[in-house]
Amino acid sequence: MQAVLAPLRSVAGAAGRVALDLVDAPMRALQRVLGVPRIGWMFVGPNLVILGLFTFLPIVIDFYYALTAGVQLYPSQRPYAGLGNFATLFECRSYLDPSSCNKDLFWRAVYNTAEFALLQVGLMVLFALVTALVLNRRILGRGFWRGVFFYPVLLSPVVVALIWKWVLQRYGVLNAVLAAGGAPPVEWLTDSHWAFFWVVFVSIWAHMGFYTLILLAGLQAIPPDLYEAAEMDAASPWRRLTRITLPLLMPSLVVVLVLGLIRAVQVFDEVFVLTGGGPGSATTFIVQFIYMTGFAEAIRQYGLAAAASLVLAVSLLLLTLVQLRISRRSVAGPAGRDHA
Amino acid sequence: MPSLRALLTGTRGRTAPDWTDWLTYGYLVLGLLLMFGPVVWMVMSSFKTPAALNEFPPQLLPYGQAEVNVPGYDRPLPLYRVKVADGATRTLAEVRRIGLTATMVDPAHPQDEIKVDAKDRERVRELKFAWGNYVEIFGKFAFGRYLWNSVFITVVATLITLIFNAMAAFALSKYRFTGHNVVFLMVLSTLMIPPTIILVPNFLVISQLGLLNSLWGVIWPAVATPTGVFLLRQYMLTIPDELIDAARMDNASEWRIFWRIILPLSAPALAVLAIFSVMWRWNDFLWPLIVLSRSENFTLQLALNAFQGELTTQWNYLLAMTVITLLPITAVFAFLQRYIATGIASAGVK
Repeated sequence: MQAVLAPLRSVAGAAGRVALDLVDAPMRALQRVLGVPRIGWMFVGPNLVILGLFTFLPIVIDFYYALTAGVQLYPSQRPYAGLGNFATLFECRSYLDPSSCNKDLFWRAVYNTAEFALLQVGLMVLFALVTALVLNRRILGRGFWRGVFFYPVLLSPVVVALIWKWVLQRYGVLNAVLAAGGAPPVEWLTDSHWAFFWVVFVSIWAHMGFYTLILLAGLQAIPPDLYEAAEMDAASPWRRLTRITLPLLMPSLVVVLVLGLIRAVQVFDEVFVLTGGGPGSATTFIVQFIYMTGFAEAIRQYGLAAAASLVLAVSLLLLTLVQLRISRRSVAGPAGRDHA
Repeated sequence: MPSLRALLTGTRGRTAPDWTDWLTYGYLVLGLLLMFGPVVWMVMSSFKTPAALNEFPPQLLPYGQAEVNVPGYDRPLPLYRVKVADGATRTLAEVRRIGLTATMVDPAHPQDEIKVDAKDRERVRELKFAWGNYVEIFGKFAFGRYLWNSVFITVVATLITLIFNAMAAFALSKYRFTGHNVVFLMVLSTLMIPPTIILVPNFLVISQLGLLNSLWGVIWPAVATPTGVFLLRQYMLTIPDELIDAARMDNASEWRIFWRIILPLSAPALAVLAIFSVMWRWNDFLWPLIVLSRSENFTLQLALNAFQGELTTQWNYLLAMTVITLLPITAVFAFLQRYIATGIASAGVK
């Protein structure tokens, strides 16, 4: 702690004296005008300006883009199109068959994203739970093992994708292992089923540690006397797991599940670098559709991209509402921690 | 002895580890291999020459052809282990090879040339770290430029993030101005608006501000973080108001109170936010990808993405760049892991 803070303090100290002298006089004048409680507006000001410019204003403009057509970026040059962009996105003979849709890539992306989110989050929470249970046992060097599972969380998505691309390439180490066992090499990233599998796998690999940490915190909050009581009643380990651990862990599990889903429907970075959305459209997800439509293709259809963004926003809003509802219920409900 | 064994195997009071302990450690070791294995593999590969990278099956350590300097020859000669006529094995250096016959010399007696059948020899291999991969990327690809862009964005954005968020947190924890609750809710509500759904309008805002293709176009949208404000505010609430009142008695301005009292006292929370901000900005991908389209403005992440997409990817350079890109994050992991765990536990930030 000292090692980090000492240089931080000395740098902050030097910069601080300069900043104080430069800023103090105008601040003092402003304070005389505004009075003490209202000077608070000055302190939140910069943050509000940034949030306003880059979050609140864009949300409003998002609707404007979604309701206008054309390829112009500048708003006043865009003709009004009503719900035309949404109609284009949703124009489909059968929603179950993406190739019957006007924007078939969008529907493929929607289905891919749904499949990815369910598979990835389901498996990831399962593995995170097992890992958290293992890490919660009395083991030697728990800090080290916790770090092992957490390390990939810190890596950038691009680095994660390149690490695995190198392992999975045609002459990579995985095919070498296969060859040693006498099996023929597999084109892991150009076969559509395998590519989807690896996208799910790599995504679990990269994010599992974060959710493991949350679940581990949840496990450590379970009062140990419950287990002592169960031991006295000669409850089997399986019974301890299903009757004490899992019910009391339920709030954390729900948090992890919803957070995981919110992140999974926005998946882009690591997949874009690992497969580029391919082969074909096998690993194209919604955010990639937005990126391609709005920024990467020769004709930039901002309106269509904004409309797709709003569809994504609605699904995120629903997930957030579910999270709020469940977290409120779990505090009051029988799964709360009022046992101890 | 049993107690030592119990300590080493970490059983729950019993003298011998039971099968669940074996399962536990088996799982952990498997996890170690799976989590670190690919990273170690990549780091090792980054020290290989293009020739070694093309070998199949590949080897973990960067082996290369052993070479030796022989007097009378102006370049190093490759070494071979040769089975000579009487059945013995000698280590010889190859001078030239024509067809199936190779002309070799004994490095100890360079004047006698020996003719050898090319079938009767095999290469001598030795550990050879191709440090050149790490040196050449700076000359060949303007890698220094990308590194600088990444460092600039990370450092500047983190400093501004700390100051802006600390100011907002100070206002929201220590002042009761009209509407402070509304402001706090507004800041928190931005948690529900992830950047992925406002890409197009943000692109317009950035281009209207003239920040397209500028590093500032990446920095400004990122400096107001609701998680940062929340984390700092929770911490500042624990700073007693009496300190502020005492400073006001001494006629200190509100800005001086913030700068001289609140900021230094919030150092632990600021450190947590700083670590997270560094990781966020260093690892950013989608937004820089949209804002920075000219290659001289690329960050490391964008440069890696551009190189890996090229038709003939030069993996030896790409791997070296990837290793440099993950070094700072690995250092953060090694030394500051505890702070990260604190941040996740107290505010659920990621």
